[in-house]
Amino acid sequence: MDITPPKKFPGRRGLVMREPVIFERSTPGRQGFSLGRDEFDGVPLNGLDSHLREDAPVLPEVSEPEAIRHFLRLSQWNYSIDTGIYPLGSCTMKFNPRINEEVARLPGWFFSHPLAPPEVMQGALELMWNLERYLAEISGFEAVTLQPAAGAHGELTALMMIRACLRERGQGQRKRVLIPDSAHGTNPASCTLNGYEAVELKTGPEGYVTAAAVAAAMDDTIAAIMMTNPNTLGVFEREIAEISRIVHERGGLVYCDGANMNSLMGMARPGDMGVDAMHFNLHKTFSTPHGGGGPGSGPVGVSHTLVPYLPGPRIEKDSSGRFLLNTDLPRSIGRVKAFLGQFGMFVRAYAYIRELGPDGLKLATQMAVLNANYVRAKLRPVWNLAWEAPSMHEAVFNDTHLKPTGCTTMDVAKRLIDYGFHPPTVYFPLIAPGALMIEPTETESKETLDLFVDAMNSISKEAFESPQLLKNAPHQSPVRRLDEARAARNPILTWQMEKAAR
Amino acid sequence: MSIPAELKYTKDHEWARVSGDTITVGITFHAQDQLGDVVFVELPKAGTVVRKGATFGVVESTKAVSDLYAPVSGKVIEVNEALADAPEQINKDPYGAAWMIKVEFSDAGELSSLMDAAAYQEYVSSSAP
Repeated sequence: MDITPPKKFPGRRGLVMREPVIFERSTPGRQGFSLGRDEFDGVPLNGLDSHLREDAPVLPEVSEPEAIRHFLRLSQWNYSIDTGIYPLGSCTMKFNPRINEEVARLPGWFFSHPLAPPEVMQGALELMWNLERYLAEISGFEAVTLQPAAGAHGELTALMMIRACLRERGQGQRKRVLIPDSAHGTNPASCTLNGYEAVELKTGPEGYVTAAAVAAAMDDTIAAIMMTNPNTLGVFEREIAEISRIVHERGGLVYCDGANMNSLMGMARPGDMGVDAMHFNLHKTFSTPHGGGGPGSGPVGVSHTLVPYLPGPRIEKDSSGRFLLNTDLPRSIGRVKAFLGQFGMFVRAYAYIRELGPDGLKLATQMAVLNANYVRAKLRPVWNLAWEAPSMHEAVFNDTHLKPTGCTTMDVAKRLIDYGFHPPTVYFPLIAPGALMIEPTETESKETLDLFVDAMNSISKEAFESPQLLKNAPHQSPVRRLDEARAARNPILTWQMEKAAR
Repeated sequence: MSIPAELKYTKDHEWARVSGDTITVGITFHAQDQLGDVVFVELPKAGTVVRKGATFGVVESTKAVSDLYAPVSGKVIEVNEALADAPEQINKDPYGAAWMIKVEFSDAGELSSLMDAAAYQEYVSSSAP
């Protein structure tokens, strides 16, 4: 039983780098900085005396090289889109083009101050004004707000606008929102935060929501429907136009979760499908970094109906071509984010759109869908598809063919780490038991996709020949399999100082 | 798979043990098997009125968060408080120590809509992937 996958796979085994937490590296009295000790001597306390702390905070005491080595070593444990394929379904882990980073670091953008008055930030305002219009053009909306800081924030912002609109219409009793059972968990969460109640809508037998199911669920308590298109099964919601018509006719509004916009960009526009509001994930569709390299950014596009309720201030252009911030918006839901949003992300998304242009954006979408379908076709002979419907930008498999081996989706995910790949999204969407949700994005070459497929198929073979190889995986990562149940039942989220006492 | 003959079942994989005018409710062996290691459970307070088919709580595993649906309408008269600190009981003993709530039902007629063990067995095998 060979725990090391064949040499053609990138693999995971490298330098062993055991690394304690930085507090454990601490040596009393050691330091890596030199500040003048008397810097604050003579500064009046102005009545704050009682707040003076008596003991120094217990901070790690390390030298500069120790600090640098500690964090650099930890960083080398990382797996990232810069080290290999990241097929995490629904997350759209596109490569972050370096040109975006270059442009975002131009001093004029990088050092612009959020409190600078409009007169001295005309260029920044122009970029945002243009980006709003590019996003509106790509998605078929009337207007766009860039304020929301992430996708879920965009959902909440849109629901707040929907609530404001319904109240004005005298329809404030509408407080329930239809959400398909394949939705991202953020949809019901945003509903609840907005004072609404989520009502589950069953996905139809073909992997999409039927207009008939929506018609049956619509009544005068329903404020809106939240659709994801394509949905999290990677299936296009083909009845969306009819669904929008029904919801509008019965007094509701239509929200679209735009997390999967990367499979529509340049090809089809949610605004044309009757959608009233949709968030964009700039950190998915428009190639800006996720998480640690982030932050995220979740602009929202709206139809004519919701324009009056957009968050303020709004960036406007006067007759002389100057940009200004309009705060006179009596029907606006108000500000949803400090300043004007995640400006650094706007620069990156703007650069991406301008770099690719209309044809390039369309090609990116086509390649994303082609790559997903290539992986789907190549895995099919071995792996069981969760849904037969055609895939868009991602394909969902499950672990049913492994049943005789006792191995599960989780074991497959862990074994992939030994092969040198980040695992796909697992156990989501919830309506696909044992889901392995694979989204390669347009970033990957055919060679990389072939290697990933070979790894998946090789792991399937291992499951039948030596299931323990999967059950005990990962074998070659810095840490072995973690006890996720124990971590969730007894979370220890802070460093316990008393335990560090030597 | 374990499906006790004396219990009633819902399509959402809750079980109900009928005793006089109350039922005891939990989730089935199949449900916990699908969920995997359960790490958190949220149950209503005693006195809460529940509606048949509406959610009465939440169960969370390392894989998924899932709503709990009331098999019948009625009033919650007792809650298994011990479960909050020992959610693993749901995996270990789904039909015993991991009972969740006792409900005094308001309409005995609703019981007839629940499945018996044979029907639930059939339901699970036909809906399994």
